[in-house]
Amino acid sequence: MTVEVRELVKTFSSGQDVAAVGGVSFVAPEGKITSLLGPSGSGKSTLLRLIAGLEEPDSGSIAIEGRDVTRVPVKLRQVGFVFQSYALFRHMTVRDNIAFGMEIRKAAKGTIDARVKELLSLIQLEGYEGRFPAQLSGGQRQRVALARALATEPKVLLLDEPFGALDAQVRVELREWLVRFHEQTGVTTLLVTHDQEEALEVSQHVVLLSGGVVAQAGSPHELYDHPASPFVASFLGGANVVRTRVQGGRAEIGSRGVAAPHGALDGTQVSAFVRPHEVRLAKAVASDPDLELGTIDRLARVGGNVKLTVTLPSGDAMSVQVTRVELDKLGLQLGDRVMVDVTGAKVFVDDYRI
Amino acid sequence: MSGTIANRLGRASSKPRSHVSDEHPLVRWLLIAIAALFLGVALLLPLSVVFASALSKGIGPFAAALSTPETLAAIQLTLLTAAISVPLNAVFGVAAAWLICRYDFWGKSALITLIDLPFSVSPVISGLIFVLLFGAQGWFGPWLSEHDIKVIFAVPGIVIATTFVTFPLVAREVLAVMQAQGSDEEEAALTMGASGLQILTRITLPKIRWGVIYGVILCNARAMGEFGAVSVVSGHIRGQTNTMPLHVEILYNEYNFVGAFAVAGLLASLAIVTLLVKKSIEISSNLRARQLARKADAERQSLAPASLRGRDAALAARPNESRA
Repeated sequence: MTVEVRELVKTFSSGQDVAAVGGVSFVAPEGKITSLLGPSGSGKSTLLRLIAGLEEPDSGSIAIEGRDVTRVPVKLRQVGFVFQSYALFRHMTVRDNIAFGMEIRKAAKGTIDARVKELLSLIQLEGYEGRFPAQLSGGQRQRVALARALATEPKVLLLDEPFGALDAQVRVELREWLVRFHEQTGVTTLLVTHDQEEALEVSQHVVLLSGGVVAQAGSPHELYDHPASPFVASFLGGANVVRTRVQGGRAEIGSRGVAAPHGALDGTQVSAFVRPHEVRLAKAVASDPDLELGTIDRLARVGGNVKLTVTLPSGDAMSVQVTRVELDKLGLQLGDRVMVDVTGAKVFVDDYRI
Repeated sequence: MSGTIANRLGRASSKPRSHVSDEHPLVRWLLIAIAALFLGVALLLPLSVVFASALSKGIGPFAAALSTPETLAAIQLTLLTAAISVPLNAVFGVAAAWLICRYDFWGKSALITLIDLPFSVSPVISGLIFVLLFGAQGWFGPWLSEHDIKVIFAVPGIVIATTFVTFPLVAREVLAVMQAQGSDEEEAALTMGASGLQILTRITLPKIRWGVIYGVILCNARAMGEFGAVSVVSGHIRGQTNTMPLHVEILYNEYNFVGAFAVAGLLASLAIVTLLVKKSIEISSNLRARQLARKADAERQSLAPASLRGRDAALAARPNESRA
């Protein structure tokens, strides 16, 4: 039950006429969780609402299971939608919330009761059927919303920032729960999120959006390891951006430099995207003037990890993350001079058209 | 109206009282005293004068004044007017609020402004509008007299004027509630295959019912008490087109003080009863919400499956999250 979106365009007339979704095409594979990831204003929520039919596209097409649904009204699209705000019917009990869609479809009472029971056990809320939404915690409400969306056996499950309103701890738990939940149900799922960690952890396919267009689509590790553009590289992994030049086929960064993009001439301005955990540090042993040395200016222990700020000779500050074990092994302290080695950096030739 | 909502929301969140001001207690008491004095002079004193004057000659004349045929007719007409215009406004108000909240259309902000028009225009002018429309010399006057329909100086005119003047009350109240609640629930119902009518009856109306009830109560109070607009269109025909407020004026102008104040007292009592009903609804809905919350806290531990108990305990410790 794939979802296929072709050249979808949606412009809101209010304000300046910038397309919220400006020609997006992608395919969400069957039975997988596909994340629509992007910063706020990238059009990801609008895209999801277009797929659900809650908004009408200006042009382009949407197909679910190979059937064109672009002009099919919402109620006939057979999608399940989960809102960030839960959108549970506040005047109905948990049972009535889950049963609503089935009652609309005039299912037999016995069928409804059986399905409600099944879904409640799936969301681990047995015994809660008589509660009102106001009597549930945020995480419980969102699980009920998921069960409600699944009750009518939709072809596609659409989740709009489902964990956005929850606090960090509950969010992480629910994320893991969602993966297990999806394994049990196997429904093709589209998840809108601005949280890259959530997208990389939960989904098998990621569509990264920026300014209403697809920046890159692929598996999480494809995007993470082979970013197609500086935007993708900077959005994923919280990378440091170091401006430098190409010298002898290598971008001048760290002690040894990094391979420059193919065909970049010496002297070309490049930007290197370095993720904090991809930086290797070593204590400066001899004062070799050829080696580029940095200084540790900040050192904060965050749980099992240590976050450091190293100032490079160029004056650039670089965020570095190492484990506590690593740091202790290296014997580094605040103010120490260190050798900086970056191997995993992604280097892009600067685009002067910007 | 929006004040009532802010008040309700404020109470629901039950945050500790903030200390934005730290004036001397003397200043605080002085301010309270000024407010109390104003309330006493402007509200309590006149109200007690009404009842004192009504009962100045004892209970007998009071009862007699209320049971004259003309007074009874006025009471009847007032109740009839309210009984017609309040349901009409309830329907119009919900429809207007629904339209404004759910759809984007050209002239929407103009419509929102127009809803307030009956409040911003003097009631006398509101009455005159209908005289100009339906009166003998008005636009529809000739047509109406041809068909022998009386609007002005008759009951229909009174009902129309009252409905017009009290229109904003339900619409405003419902609109505020709808805007505060958003339309996520309706959209969710839509994705589950519900039709427009099913969404209205099963989701929206239950959601906004308190807003409708408040609006209706306020609308009722105003409909029974409306003077200006009704005075212009009524013609003051005793026993036929006199509502209670008009009747009070007539009795007063005839120096029948006991009669005037007796009817005024009855009218004031109706208003007070209305406010009491409103207050008791408020209290009982708050009480219900609090009971629900308490019950949820108590049950959360005992009902949660073992695997989730730890998390729920953690949630209970973060009240803002669980209440959100």
